[in-house]
Amino acid sequence: MDSLRVISKRSFLLGLLCLILILLATSPHYIPPYTVILLTSIFMYIIITVSWAIFSGPTRYISLASAAFFGVGVYASAILGFVLPLPAVIVIGGLVSFCLALFIGLLTLRLRGMYFIIFTFGISELIKHFILWWEANMTGTVGRWVVVVDHTTVYYVMLVIFVILMLTAYLIRRSKFGLALQSIGANEEAAAHTGINVTLVKVITFAISASFMGAVGAIMATRWTYIDPRIAFNPLLSFMPVLMAIFGGVGQLYGPILGAAIFTYLEEFLITEFPYYYMLLFGLVLVAVILFLPNGLVGLIEKWRKGGLKRQHADT
Amino acid sequence: MGGIYALIAMGLSLQYGVARVLNIAHGEFIMLGAFATFSLYTVFGISPLVSLVICGPALFIIGFLIHRTLFQYLRKTSESIDIFEGNSLLASFGLLFIIQNVALLIWRADIRKYSYLASPVSILGAIFAANRLVALLFAVVLSLAFYIFLTRTRLGKAIRSAAQEPATAQMMGVNINRVLAICFGLGALMAGFAGPLISMMYEVQPVMGLQYTIIAIIVVVLGGLGSITGSLIGGFILGLIGSIVTYFDPGLSLVAYYVIFILLLLVKPTGILGK
Repeated sequence: MDSLRVISKRSFLLGLLCLILILLATSPHYIPPYTVILLTSIFMYIIITVSWAIFSGPTRYISLASAAFFGVGVYASAILGFVLPLPAVIVIGGLVSFCLALFIGLLTLRLRGMYFIIFTFGISELIKHFILWWEANMTGTVGRWVVVVDHTTVYYVMLVIFVILMLTAYLIRRSKFGLALQSIGANEEAAAHTGINVTLVKVITFAISASFMGAVGAIMATRWTYIDPRIAFNPLLSFMPVLMAIFGGVGQLYGPILGAAIFTYLEEFLITEFPYYYMLLFGLVLVAVILFLPNGLVGLIEKWRKGGLKRQHADT
Repeated sequence: MGGIYALIAMGLSLQYGVARVLNIAHGEFIMLGAFATFSLYTVFGISPLVSLVICGPALFIIGFLIHRTLFQYLRKTSESIDIFEGNSLLASFGLLFIIQNVALLIWRADIRKYSYLASPVSILGAIFAANRLVALLFAVVLSLAFYIFLTRTRLGKAIRSAAQEPATAQMMGVNINRVLAICFGLGALMAGFAGPLISMMYEVQPVMGLQYTIIAIIVVVLGGLGSITGSLIGGFILGLIGSIVTYFDPGLSLVAYYVIFILLLLVKPTGILGK
C-alpha cells in the first residue's frame, strides 16, 4: 500500500511539473509582454540563486563571486554578440565562466570560512575595476552596446537554461557526487578521510554552478542593450542570490526557487509602489528574514509538515 | 590617507575580531559622520573638529544599541560561531541598505563639498592643504590613543580577553554581552571620527560608504584578521601604496588594492602579523 502511494505521489508530482512547464512554455502567447519580462527577471534570479545553492548550499562555503561569473558572461555577449549566433554566444558565456571558476577554485583551496567569503568578493571587484581601467585606457570607452534580441526569445532561452539547471541540480543531489558535497559541508576532514577527493569535488561543482551564471549573464546582456562594468559586475548580484537562497532555505531544491521568485516579485512591487523607499524597505525585510527565518521558508514548511505528522501519530 | 585608513580599519577590526561581526555597514557609519559634519558646518557653522566630538559618541551609542538588539539576538539564536558570522554579515548588509537609504532621504543623492582650512601650507618645500595635515594629525593621534586604551586600561584588557577566549573571560567575571556591545560601539566610534575627517578633505555622498568598507576590509586582512596592531600598521602601508600608485595612474589605485588583497590572501591569509 505504502509503495503504491509513494509511486502515485511521484507520478502526480511529475505530472504537475510537466503541466507547469507546458504553461510556462506557452505563456508568451496569452499573457501581456510586461508579465513575460517580469517572468524573465524572475527566472534570471532563480537561475543565479539555484546555481549558487548547488555549490554553497551543501558545502556551506558562502561565495560572493556570482557577480564575477555573471559579468564575464555579459562581456562575452557584448564582445561576441555581433559576430556569432545567439546559442553559441550563450554557450561561450557559460564556458568562460566555467574556466574562471576553475581558476578561482584552484586558487581558493586553502581558504575557508570568512576568508573564502572575502576572497570571492574581492575577486569580482578586482575584475570589475580592472575592466573599468582597461576600457578607459585601452579601448577608450566606458560601456558597450549589445546585440538586441526580442523579449520572447530571451524568455525562452531563460526557460531552457532553467530546465537544464534544474535537471543538473537534481542529478547532483541524487548522485554520489551530491552526497560527497554534503559530507564536505558537514565535516571536510572526515570527508577527505573517507576517500573523497575533496578538492576535485569542490572545484568541479563550483565551476558547474558558475557556468550557469555565465550563460544567464550572456542572455541578460541582450536585454539591457547597453552595459558597462558597473552594471555587469554589480555587487548586488553577488549578495542577492545569498539572500534569496537563505530566504527560501537551502535544505530543499525548491527553496532557492521559492526565495528568488518571491524576492524578485517583492522587489518589482516595491519599486513600482514605493520608488523612494524601496531599498529601505528591502533592507528591513532582509534584516527581518535573517533574524526570524534562519532556515528560510523551507524550514518553516518542514516544521509545519512535521508538526502535522506528529499530530497524525498522536491520533493513531 | 594612511592615518584615516588605520582609523577605519581599527574600528572594523574591533568589530570583527572581538564581536565577530564583519560589518559591511561600517562605511555607512563613516558616511553618517561625514554628513552630520557637513550639515553642522553649513547650517550651524560648527567647526568639523568640534563635530568630531559630537559624531563619535553619537555613533558609539547607535552602534552599542544595534549590537545590543540585533546582533545579540543573532548570537543567541545561531547554532555556532561560524553560522553567526555568516548571518551577521548578511544582517549588516541589510543595515547598509537601511542607513544608506535613510541618508538618501535626508540629504538627497547630490555630491556635497564644503571648504574648511583649505589654505596651502608648505613643509620642507612640499605644499599640502592645511585640512589634510590636520586630518592626518587627528587620525594618527586618535589611532594611537585608541591603541593605548586597548592595551593599558582595564576595559581594554576585558575586550582583548573577550576576543581570545569568550567563555573563559565570562568565567573571570567579564560581562561578555556588554563588552561585545561596547566593542561594536567603539568600532562605530572610530567610524564617527573618520567621517568628519574625510568630509574635510573630500566630497561626500550617501553612496560613499561601501568604498571605505572595502578599504577597511583590505587593511584588516593585510594586518591579520582581528589584530588591532596589524590594522594600525596595515593602514599606513596601504595608504602609502595607494599614494604611490595614484602618482603613476589614479585609475589603477583600486585595482592595486585588490591585487595586494588577493595576493595576500593566497600567500599569507593570516596577514602580516598573523601567526
